[in-house]
Amino acid sequence: MSAVQTREHPALRRDRLAALGPLGKPVNLILVGAAVFLLIGCLSSQIFAQQTVVGLAQGAVYGSLALALVLIYRATEVVNFAQGEMAMFTTYVAYQLTTSWHVTYWLAFALTLLIAFVFGMGVQLVFIRPVQHTSVIAVVIVTVGLFILIDGVVGWVWGADIKFMPAPFGNTVYHVGGVAIARQDIGTILVTIASVGLLWLLFQRTKLGLGMRAAALRPASARLVGVRVDRMLALGWGLAAVLGAVAGLMAEASEYSLQPSFMQPILLYAFAAAVLGGLESPVGALVGGVMIGIFLNLLGQYVSFVTSEIRLPFAFLVLIVVLLIKPTGLFGKKKVRKV
Amino acid sequence: MSALLELDEVEARYGPITALHGVSLAVEEGSIVAVLGANGAGKTTTLRAISNTVRRSGDVRFAGKPLGARGPEEVARLGIAHVPEGRGTFSELTVWENLRLGAYTRHDSFKADADRVLDYFPWLDDRRNQEAGTLSGGEQQMLALARAFVQRPKLLLLDEPSLGLAPVLVTEIFRIIRELNEREGLTVLVVEQNAHLALQAATTAYVLEVGRVALSGPSDELQQNESVRRSYLGY
Amino acid sequence: MTTRPSLAAVVSCLVAAAILAVLPFLISGYHQGLLTQVAVFFIAILGLDVLTGYSGQISIGHGAFMAVGGYTTAVMSYYHHTNLIVTMLMAFGICLAFGFVVGLPALRLSGVYLALATFALAVSMPQIPLKFSRFLGGSNGLQAQTVSHLWLYGVAWAAAAILFVGAWLILRGRTGRAFRAIRDSEVAATSSGVELPIYKTLAFGISAAYAGVAGSLFVLATNGYASPNEFTVALSLQILIGAAVAGLGSLWGVLVGAVFVGLLPEVSSSVPVVGSTHGQDVVFGLFVIVVILLLPTGFAGLLARLRVRLTRQSMASINSDPGTS
Repeated sequence: MSAVQTREHPALRRDRLAALGPLGKPVNLILVGAAVFLLIGCLSSQIFAQQTVVGLAQGAVYGSLALALVLIYRATEVVNFAQGEMAMFTTYVAYQLTTSWHVTYWLAFALTLLIAFVFGMGVQLVFIRPVQHTSVIAVVIVTVGLFILIDGVVGWVWGADIKFMPAPFGNTVYHVGGVAIARQDIGTILVTIASVGLLWLLFQRTKLGLGMRAAALRPASARLVGVRVDRMLALGWGLAAVLGAVAGLMAEASEYSLQPSFMQPILLYAFAAAVLGGLESPVGALVGGVMIGIFLNLLGQYVSFVTSEIRLPFAFLVLIVVLLIKPTGLFGKKKVRKV
Repeated sequence: MSALLELDEVEARYGPITALHGVSLAVEEGSIVAVLGANGAGKTTTLRAISNTVRRSGDVRFAGKPLGARGPEEVARLGIAHVPEGRGTFSELTVWENLRLGAYTRHDSFKADADRVLDYFPWLDDRRNQEAGTLSGGEQQMLALARAFVQRPKLLLLDEPSLGLAPVLVTEIFRIIRELNEREGLTVLVVEQNAHLALQAATTAYVLEVGRVALSGPSDELQQNESVRRSYLGY
Repeated sequence: MTTRPSLAAVVSCLVAAAILAVLPFLISGYHQGLLTQVAVFFIAILGLDVLTGYSGQISIGHGAFMAVGGYTTAVMSYYHHTNLIVTMLMAFGICLAFGFVVGLPALRLSGVYLALATFALAVSMPQIPLKFSRFLGGSNGLQAQTVSHLWLYGVAWAAAAILFVGAWLILRGRTGRAFRAIRDSEVAATSSGVELPIYKTLAFGISAAYAGVAGSLFVLATNGYASPNEFTVALSLQILIGAAVAGLGSLWGVLVGAVFVGLLPEVSSSVPVVGSTHGQDVVFGLFVIVVILLLPTGFAGLLARLRVRLTRQSMASINSDPGTS
């Protein structure tokens, strides 16, 4: 086991050399191209600009949830199918706090994140840890079981009807040079940037974050320097649940309504985003989320065939095309894994 | 007086295969102890049995206390640094992050030790932001030593530090190991195929053959031993 | 797996067949319907097991193939009044072809990526009838001919039996060996002359064809209605769960898996407190988790362990083998 994990692959080295020339990589060319395209589009058409901003806000939500998926995937090589439903559950917690117990929105927001953290850790401890060392398929099935379980519990406790929560940013719409921008969208983007930024600081600038990264990258070596890997995995699930909670709360706010199935399409877009960016790459997850958000909005605006029913299949068609061209996603590194 | 580390009839197995059939050895504080043997003799497994990364039975005592069922992370926290096969480099992280991970279990600042470590490996300073995976094999071995050093261990377990390195580098690595032992008082248990260098550096040595201790004693005595010379030193 | 059935296997097959043949005459129409449901899941899980358990390719999208099969029956029955048995054969053929087509891009994907791509398929498929609602009936669905419980029971289990024997015949021979070789190591399989593209797409085709027949029966079992709400992601997840409970690579486990996903929701709905839809979900979710926690390799793994223990005991009585664990 340890021998497999500590062996270094020569391809890593090649990738790193390629990274020295930033514009030499096709990924960066694609990104620069996309940015130029969006810039020209936004400058030449107000509708285009409007759809881009809306797409950016939606993409921020997809990106946050995708990042949650990537955090768990990097640490355990498991895709958490229950990530969206966990986010949905925490959003209902916020609903309970704000509407039934009359806690102000932002206090409820903070409390919800705290509860989400504990909840995520608890899920890992109780449900995931016992099967962690069996097989990937077993863990996946457990997350699928959790999906159904959480759905059932939320339906049982809160009912399946549509609920309404206070709007965190109000309903103001700004007009900037003829482009209508909802305050809600700006708020979503800012909240996402803040939470991702804080997470980045945690991972890059603290000893705990370093331990978490070490545990995810090379668990066997991490144990030998005294990192409590199991604890780090639980923390990782906690943080992923927090990110999911942010995504859930922001998604609820932009949809203005809450029902048990509301995170399911978002989970699917997040999957698409994570795969597009490369399942191993946190940056990729965010960029992938934003790209999918904007792309779908523009597509809906300009291609009449792509109606709302077919938005999801279309996103996945693109995803599969990307997978076929570059199976490791935009930011993924090729990794040889013993099956 | 009891030794810093004692193994008493330790057995270890990988699934159905038994790799150690009752190994006993002792490491005195302040010494360098070498474990020699051919491929598959159980050298690596001996170290794994100490850090509990293999299924083992039998008694392992550290500073007089049995290690029991403690997992590898807890063993590390007791003050045993294990540089495993493949050196345990976090190749995706930077050189400096690798060093910081060495000091992970410490609650005090490791700044002073980091400065000290740079005395031994001055080149680390220039490379601190480089990804550790891009270092050469010799550099990674030195990084592993540096990482183990900032862990401030009571005991350092080294698995084949010479593996895959050019002879000049091997000599350099062993020089540093001896220096760390003499100047910093670091106790070392090193597993090695290069018997010549290991016996020169070590005070005591054990020779393993198919999972058992075949020979042991002060290293200068072993160096004179007829069968050791023929089998491991080649003259 | 042996190439020739053991006596015990033949006897248990015959006993099972006999019980299933007599059973419908002893129970109510409602219970016949439930057992038909089990047959539908049996066929679908069997198909997934051929793909995942034998050729090592993961699919979380078998509900999509069921949808194609189901809509084949509905369309043919609604527009052309085709005989239902014939529509099932058509579902088999169309899904075989569709499975081949899906299997082509799947050649380049593996592991998590294949899982997510097939998941995408499962999510996308129910949207198609909504998009082409003029032809496929939109969210209201399409109505096929309705049939009696007994007819459906008989046809479903007959199909299950035929497909079971078919799977057994395919898997015991050359094709099955090729599948298993691919599952165990693609590199080794290629170097011993197994044509990867052919066998991997073939596995997808067969698997999809099975799911197609299951989908066709599934539509008939839901009063002949093919609607997008019946073919949601949840259906794909149920099949996956069934396969996991069955344990991959065991034809016998499939029956256990089918009973699990086919009957558990119904059984839990008759329990007073949990009798609501949400209560059912809670029970189902909990059961799935508990079963996997207890049996990570499913029912097949349990069987294998029992078999190992039995042989070891008989071995131990012959020679004093140390019996390593």
